[in-house]
Amino acid sequence: MKNPLLRGKLPWVIAALIVLFLLPLFLDRFYVYLAAIILLTGLCATSLNFVLGYGGVFQFHHAVFYGIGAYGTALMIIKSGLSPWLGFVVGPVAAGIVGFVIGVICIRLSKLYFGMLQISLGSLVWAIVYRWYSFTGGDDGIHGVPLPDIISSPNGAYYFTLTVTALSMFVLYRMIRSPFGSALQGIRDNPVRSEMIGVNVKLQQLIALTIAGFFGGVAGSLFVVVDNTVFPDMMFWTLSLELIIMCLLGGWFSFLGPMVGAGIIVLLRTYVSGLTVYWAFILGIIMMLVIFFLPNGVLGYLDRFVKKKARGG
Amino acid sequence: MESIFGFISPKILSQILVGLSRTVILFIVSSGLSLILGVLRIPNVAHGSLYMIGAFMAYTVSHLFGGGNMGFWMALVLAPLGVAVVSFAAERSLFQFLYEREHLMLLLLTFAMSLVFGDLVKMIWGAEYRSVPVPSVFQGYINLFGGLPFPIYSFFLLVIGPVIAILLWLLTNKTKIGKISRAAAVDREMVGAVGINVSWVFATVFIIGCLLAGLGGVLVAPTVSVTLGMDHTLIMEAFLIVIMGGLGNVWGALLGSLIFGLTQSLGILVWPQFGIVFPYLAVVVVLLFRPTGLLRSTW
Repeated sequence: MKNPLLRGKLPWVIAALIVLFLLPLFLDRFYVYLAAIILLTGLCATSLNFVLGYGGVFQFHHAVFYGIGAYGTALMIIKSGLSPWLGFVVGPVAAGIVGFVIGVICIRLSKLYFGMLQISLGSLVWAIVYRWYSFTGGDDGIHGVPLPDIISSPNGAYYFTLTVTALSMFVLYRMIRSPFGSALQGIRDNPVRSEMIGVNVKLQQLIALTIAGFFGGVAGSLFVVVDNTVFPDMMFWTLSLELIIMCLLGGWFSFLGPMVGAGIIVLLRTYVSGLTVYWAFILGIIMMLVIFFLPNGVLGYLDRFVKKKARGG
Repeated sequence: MESIFGFISPKILSQILVGLSRTVILFIVSSGLSLILGVLRIPNVAHGSLYMIGAFMAYTVSHLFGGGNMGFWMALVLAPLGVAVVSFAAERSLFQFLYEREHLMLLLLTFAMSLVFGDLVKMIWGAEYRSVPVPSVFQGYINLFGGLPFPIYSFFLLVIGPVIAILLWLLTNKTKIGKISRAAAVDREMVGAVGINVSWVFATVFIIGCLLAGLGGVLVAPTVSVTLGMDHTLIMEAFLIVIMGGLGNVWGALLGSLIFGLTQSLGILVWPQFGIVFPYLAVVVVLLFRPTGLLRSTW
């Protein structure tokens, strides 16, 4: 599908990728780590936005898939004697499967009820992980996951994260621009009409939920690569709401919005936590301001600003 | 007695009592949440924070009055009132502008508020664990059914619960504000059209709901260590209870709390390690068969 919009943006995408590729050459180890965290958090938020912004499904507890991806990868590497690379397949696939199962259970319910049932199922997964000391390490989580040599260095982890994130983002972008993506957005805007013209609404949403779960899991696997740890807070419901805030902050109707939102939140958290212990307070205030003054997010605001200027000039 | 309960072991009976006293706390908090959901249509995530603030205020008040019996009774009266004042300020400064907003936005906004409240508590009371002493009247244990000890304070909770339920029933069915708020839950424009100041009705309902959260916090304080983060688990439980019972239905909140409290306490007997899992499973099962909750929702 030829997209005139993409053609205009392609040089920018390539430029951004080159900058990201060269980043480790002139940044400290810590900042490389931070960049990797932003990338994978952004991927997680983008995968959430795939169902939330484009699909209009109230996926309130997306962090579950992030957590399952991470635990799936870590447990596969530690508990099985198989190649560690297999872990990076098992984690996301497990997250996709759980996304599908939770989707099947919740899909019959409408908006808010869907969200709440999803939260309760997600909390169920969290409770199991939290309590299953012998398998998941309980509330301590798992530390020091051994990785293949090539990605165990900070730069190796960064390049692995960058590659996987870029590929995942590309796949997600293509899916949104595909007929499937159009159907999904049609369902969001008018489910009744979509049903009438022969779209299988529930099936399309279910596929979207599975895909979102899968890519949430990919982000979780990447966290294992970058941080070497997994812990149950990765799938606590507060993180899910933070992910929604990232989508909102960046703008849910633009593809890169969640990535931008994730970048802002992660950077702020890193710097503000260095200055004060009251990071949650600051985050809360930012969230309130965004909801009141930037309902279309940062990118939505910029977009409108640029268009207004273009029209004026 | 022996013959009736002969087939149930004393262990199960005492676990049921533990579950019921937990139910009381859950009911008090979630009925407040349900009231706000039903009338104001706000999924208030900050409700858990008010519960936590209630517990911390109970700590402060009971210490101001020397920590004994007097301290507890004063806390029981003053701390919910303190929470009511906080919620009044929040309602007039923020919530009253939000009643027409989308649910997702409200959820996020109240989540933001809960973060702010959480850090305010951290600023005021610090991050240490606090404990509120059990008043001396309720200290000690009673030996039940063949010698299993059961704390007297839990019996006190078992008495408080039905009292609150009856008061709530009287409030919603016998008072003017209760009737108006039930009408406003069904059709707020019509209520406004007949000349009632809906804004103040909403404010009152909001404050009553939050007062219940505060009361729950005070009542739970002597049984747990009062600490940051106690809002996060509770608000999730309260939401699930309200969803399970039927949005906005106070009796649904009671039923939901019963299911939640009992599955939790009995689940521990069945499978000690995963007792925490059973209430969530119960919610899933209920919603699978009754997608909009057990009792009629006001939505």
